[in-house]
Amino acid sequence: MAEQNTTGSTTAGSIEVGTAGAGAQLAGPGTGRTAVQQPIDARVAVKPSFDVNDFPVPHGREEDWRFTPLHRLGGLHDGTAAAAERGEDKVEFALPDGVTAETVGRDDARLGKAGTPVDRVAAQAFSAFEQALVVTVPKDAVLTEPVKIDVRAEGGVRFAHVVIDVKPFAEAVVVLNHVGTGTRAANVELLVGDGAKLTFVSVQDWERDAVHVAQHNALVGRDASFKSVVVTFGGDLVRLHPRVNYAGPGGEAELFGLYFADAGQHLEHRLIIDHDTPHCRSNVAYKGALQGQDAHAVWVGDVLIRAAALGTDTYELNRNLVLTDGARVDSIPNLEIETGEIVGAGHASATGRFDDEQLFYLMARGIPADEARRLVVRGFFAELLQQIGVAEVQEQLMEKIDAELEAAV
Amino acid sequence: MATLEIRDLHVSVEAENGPREILKGVDLTVKQGETHAIMGPNGSGKSTLAYSLAGHPKYTVTGGSVLLDGEDVLEMSVDERAKAGVFLAMQYPVEVPGVSVSNFLRTAATAVRGEAPKLRLWVKEVKEAMAALQMDPAFAERNVNEGFSGGEKKRHEILQLELLKPKIAILDETDSGLDVDALRIVSEGINRVRSTGEVGTLLVTHYTRILRYIKPDYVHVFAGGRIVESGGAELADKLENEGYEAYVKGGASE
Ligand SMILES: Nc1ncnc2c1ncn2[C@@H]1O[C@H](COP(=O)(O)OP(=O)(O)O)[C@@H](O)[C@H]1O
Ligand SMILES: [Mg+2]
Repeated sequence: MAEQNTTGSTTAGSIEVGTAGAGAQLAGPGTGRTAVQQPIDARVAVKPSFDVNDFPVPHGREEDWRFTPLHRLGGLHDGTAAAAERGEDKVEFALPDGVTAETVGRDDARLGKAGTPVDRVAAQAFSAFEQALVVTVPKDAVLTEPVKIDVRAEGGVRFAHVVIDVKPFAEAVVVLNHVGTGTRAANVELLVGDGAKLTFVSVQDWERDAVHVAQHNALVGRDASFKSVVVTFGGDLVRLHPRVNYAGPGGEAELFGLYFADAGQHLEHRLIIDHDTPHCRSNVAYKGALQGQDAHAVWVGDVLIRAAALGTDTYELNRNLVLTDGARVDSIPNLEIETGEIVGAGHASATGRFDDEQLFYLMARGIPADEARRLVVRGFFAELLQQIGVAEVQEQLMEKIDAELEAAV
Repeated sequence: MATLEIRDLHVSVEAENGPREILKGVDLTVKQGETHAIMGPNGSGKSTLAYSLAGHPKYTVTGGSVLLDGEDVLEMSVDERAKAGVFLAMQYPVEVPGVSVSNFLRTAATAVRGEAPKLRLWVKEVKEAMAALQMDPAFAERNVNEGFSGGEKKRHEILQLELLKPKIAILDETDSGLDVDALRIVSEGINRVRSTGEVGTLLVTHYTRILRYIKPDYVHVFAGGRIVESGGAELADKLENEGYEAYVKGGASE
């Protein structure tokens, strides 16, 4: 079992082409604190289902719930939220020419194609949402402007369902921005058609008391590229579950994440990349900064390379920067490999402290303490942002980070 | 003319069994344009003096005073000391992940100079200073001290010295861990700064080797937390021949 990832701990692992035998598990050669867990399949006790009743109410000791403070979920996990009064969301769109956004009923045939809820809250969201949003980028459309979906939650409980359907050979950037407060659970489906390219940015810029749980299911088509950028600053409890499946060979998925946990915040990101298709690639990089008493970040990165997934190339990384005492990080990279016929597979996890010696060094060059801290955190995140590849989005996110740093550090 | 006056400085560190006094009354005056070599055996308190002047939080000043042009340095925060003109080239420079050398240098120069240097001039200034220290331009894009070799770390310290132009430069064992080539390059950098006549240099060293390149005006022998003998450059020759034994064993250290 991985225990709390103490600051300064590091694990890393990689294997060369074809060195792992069938069914082999890969453990990092480091401290072992973040090494391989029990098999991913075994940890997911309940089969994925759209029906909330197929999942027992979690009690907190389950592998996939053990880090989450259930009492702060606003009842999303035990049915009380579903019974509570509904709140409103104000949603605004920026839709480039040709892109459509429709509000559809539960019976719309386009829903539920990218994946199935894997835990009770996602199933609750699917069982309880009233209307879904379907955004379609038509075949061959190459957008020059991002699609923007700005959601302002206005309290109460709400269950949402969003489908982003990018048809074959289309290219799009979609930014889903969350502000305001409330208790929200959602499923987001990301259909990336054959040869299509989608960059999906989900920003959690919630007010301090929001609760947000969401499952993101990406289904990456043949020779398609999918890039997910998850940015979590706000909220009391945010638990996101980005998942990737491949619909055909040649698909590529990059998952980037960035989070900043202040005192008392619980920010949890659990990723699963399921390589069951040959010749697909995945690359994961999540970085987080934490400061303040009981700031808690959880990162779980599960990568499965199934027997059929010949020629897979995957790497995952999580880095955390702990700025003060009292913050806690749980970082668990997990690579499970059922075929040796792959191009590469590796993982790395490191949690480091912003220490007094760094502060002293920067201050000894005239840089004031608060600016020194900002410099370090900004640099830490900038390196990741540079990989997003969409200048406008990069700049906006950097501004958000600067604002967050201005307020918090 | 800038003057650093250290009077009867006493400094303690927190040890396992309570505070432990390391500096036991240091007296030293360094004027702009002068170079003072502080030489002493390992553990005599040289780094403690250097860090205390820069304001490292690990060291507690229990007595004495430090004035820079009459201003109380001990009252200043670490960054205020740097802005007032005190520079410490560290024996063990610290890694700062995620912060590039170029960003770090510009932020430091902006802080010390009180305004952001004009970009074009600044780029030129950094380029020239790096070239003079035989540093690859690609160096500027690396993270501060991350993965630097010993020689690269020391060059980077002297690069900062050249760019920040302090009134008082404290160089803590800048020579240690350098091969002959690197020692020469780094020493030339220090000499360029000294030749302006605008810096008072406190050259802290264990060995006399660097004094072949940098001629001190004064040499002070440091032992047991205080200066036990002072003289001119010739004192270094004596140390070269006789070592520190006389000072350590002779009871001068306690
Ligand atoms: N935290 C500490 N606790 C106890 N002793 C310390 C501590 N830090 C430094 N010292 C002691 O202070 C003395 C002087 O150290 P230092 O200033 O580094 O010497 P130098 O630079 O001359 O080698 C040494 O004896 C060292 O062991
Ligand atoms: Mg020393």
